[in-house]
Amino acid sequence: MLAEFGQISLACAACLALAAAVTGLGGNGARGELLRRSTVSMVVGQFVFATVAFAVLVTAFVNDDFSVEYVANNSNSLLPWYYKVSATWGGHEGSFLLWIVIMTLWMVAVVVRRQNYPERFANRVLGVLSLLNLGFLSFAFFTSNPFTRLIPMTPADGADLNPLLQDFGLIVHPPLLYVGYVGLAVPFAFAVAALLENRLDAAWSRWSRPWTNVAWAALTLGIALGSWWAYYELGWGGWWFWDPVENASFMPWLAATALIHSLAVTEKRGTFKSWTLLLAIAAFSLSLLGAFIVRSGVLTSVHAFAVDPERGSYILAFLALVVGGSLTLYALRGGGVRAAVGYKFMSREFFMLINNVILVVSLAVVLWGTLAPIGYEVVTGSRISIGVPFFNMFFVPLMLALAAAVALVPVLNWKRTRWAAIKPAFTYALPLAVVGGGLAVFFSEPRLVMVALALMLAAWIVVTHAFDVWKRVRARSSIPLSYAGMTLAHLGFAMTVVGIAVTSTQSVEADRRMAPGDQTELGTTAVQFVGMQQVRGPNYVADQGNFLVTPAGGKPYSLKPEKRRYLARGSIMTEAAINPGFMSDTYISLGEPLGDGAWAVRLHFKPLVRWVWFGCLLMALGGVIAVTDKRYRRLRARQDTPAHGGAAGQVSA
Amino acid sequence: MSRLSLFIPLGVFALILVVGWFGFSLDDRRQMPSALLDKPFPEFAAPSLYDEARIVTRADILGRPTLVNVWATWCTTCKAEHAELMRIAERTDVQLIGVNYKDDVAKAQRWLADFGDPYDMVVVDPDGVLGVELGVTGAPETFLLDGEGKILYKRVADVNRRIWRDELAPRLAQLGIVEKDLPERGGR
Repeated sequence: MLAEFGQISLACAACLALAAAVTGLGGNGARGELLRRSTVSMVVGQFVFATVAFAVLVTAFVNDDFSVEYVANNSNSLLPWYYKVSATWGGHEGSFLLWIVIMTLWMVAVVVRRQNYPERFANRVLGVLSLLNLGFLSFAFFTSNPFTRLIPMTPADGADLNPLLQDFGLIVHPPLLYVGYVGLAVPFAFAVAALLENRLDAAWSRWSRPWTNVAWAALTLGIALGSWWAYYELGWGGWWFWDPVENASFMPWLAATALIHSLAVTEKRGTFKSWTLLLAIAAFSLSLLGAFIVRSGVLTSVHAFAVDPERGSYILAFLALVVGGSLTLYALRGGGVRAAVGYKFMSREFFMLINNVILVVSLAVVLWGTLAPIGYEVVTGSRISIGVPFFNMFFVPLMLALAAAVALVPVLNWKRTRWAAIKPAFTYALPLAVVGGGLAVFFSEPRLVMVALALMLAAWIVVTHAFDVWKRVRARSSIPLSYAGMTLAHLGFAMTVVGIAVTSTQSVEADRRMAPGDQTELGTTAVQFVGMQQVRGPNYVADQGNFLVTPAGGKPYSLKPEKRRYLARGSIMTEAAINPGFMSDTYISLGEPLGDGAWAVRLHFKPLVRWVWFGCLLMALGGVIAVTDKRYRRLRARQDTPAHGGAAGQVSA
Repeated sequence: MSRLSLFIPLGVFALILVVGWFGFSLDDRRQMPSALLDKPFPEFAAPSLYDEARIVTRADILGRPTLVNVWATWCTTCKAEHAELMRIAERTDVQLIGVNYKDDVAKAQRWLADFGDPYDMVVVDPDGVLGVELGVTGAPETFLLDGEGKILYKRVADVNRRIWRDELAPRLAQLGIVEKDLPERGGR
């Protein structure tokens, strides 16, 4: 009976979404006070019903209710309780329900902060969000219902959660990623509301900045977590594959990164308005496009666990309505918002422009690489695959150029910068960075020009930012939180660049045949195969290898990689054993048994691989810290400023 | 910026949408595409994965209902599909033949040792010659043959639980092959 309550809750949420969309988009007349109030309560209602539906599904999982088809397909009585809970979002239907819950959470957050915005504007925003949520809810209800029953053919036990997904990383990766994906709906709604209300002043850009930052930070963390998961769980030692689904999350990230910077210009200087609007629309559209790619099966990938053509056509139609509608609105209303504000070549504005151009070109490269195979198949009927070399060819120079632009940010002022202010970045910081980066490369193997460039540019970023912080501290001037956040995010970017450059060129990999007692070398590290033993987990049995690893001049430690056989599906999983370290990882995974107790053993030495993810962590942290700036907290006091008085000087902080 | 240029994003999006739509409608072709449907499985001769000297021919795989699965280690979807193939191999008496497509023999052997080997027999098709005969456009693809070698069904893309339940299991049931309920499944 419980599952039917979930079903009913879903339907109630959809009805409320429809009503809230009507009152939100149409309730802005002179006597619409009551309608506007009801929008707010109906948004809260959507949240309540979506949460109830989700709670019902979690309960069905925890209680092993295999009469629910989705539970039967994705769980098993042997699963530990925490995987039963996370199995709720282990398949398509449940993960989409999670998507909806997160959507309603963002909507409630807008409700909580609604006093910061003019009443009609907030009403529009909630209306747009409800309309989107209506689309999501009907998609769940009509094509991906998680509450469908298997009666009377109820199985005795479930088919189990895919073993790849039985992992901590997969408990947190989808929710975080969805917070990011769906969060981009808020800046989208702000942009659409601004277009509808015809108030394209600097104020709306200030309003949408905190939302964009938080969504972007969550997306950053989500992507980093996914990469980390692929690294230790897939057992091949890679951390980014340019897989279509990875690209699907990377494209909105690139657009959102561009948006964050463009919003800053629009808020501070009142320019780039039209462009900012377009980016806000594009960022969310790309999350929807990502959803289409992942869930329609139009592109196959490692994530394609449950694809269905029916869903694809629904998402495509939804995409056409939402993106087509908002872009038409943009085409009709987005003009005439140019501001006559000039800036020189050596100015922050110009470098933000460079930043945006680089990010958008990168975005175009990923979009092309992802969609071109489909286009090619449409035209010629045969298939091509665009591989890693294509992406690397473009991304290495693009990201290096971006790093060079980032390095100059601290010394640049808005509008124009005198050469005297920029000079130290070239006369002191650059030589320092070149020497530092050069030294690091001198000790690397192999020594590569691209790595040298990457290290030098990253060092340059660190030096110019550190110099600027030091200057502020010495002058005892205050350090606003938004400035601290930016600095942290840029340092994070430098860290990621170093991590990627080093780990993708300096890693050592070896495939060895080893029998118990054998010893081998990996670089300067000695590895001894001590022996094998059988171990038993809650829902699997495993062969566990015991390896004694002795780094040169270090303490020996043991690593225990496993070869697991999951009972319910009979699938075999390789569980790599990793000795994580800030400077390097040592990574052992078991290949196949070769007879006589010997095994094929894969050994990896991965220097600085964690810097890739630590850097992302810093970026996300920076994004969140910037939001806590006083400027955004003080919004409440400013709500009485006239709606159309958006002169740049009035709002620049 | 002229007013007209504001329509550029809309145009770009329309283009993406058209590509997406057509790419997507290709799916119909993918579901039931083969000109070979209801025709006999073509004659072939291909070496076995584990013994290059052993040549497997069409006659070797006849006699009982068979799934011919085209796979490769470079194909990520094949990895997602693998668990389902393992399950099918364990639970049914259907003969499972693997065609290792445009792949490296050592990698393929390592893959099967790593993730388990659901196949009764694996033949290698390093240059995709057999693939051309079969009208294979990519991996994974799966053919269902009856005992006489007639192609009853073809799946382009992964065999997952839904495809098993809706497409393969009913057809196999008509051929007298049903899913066994293994004690492990109960587990309690």
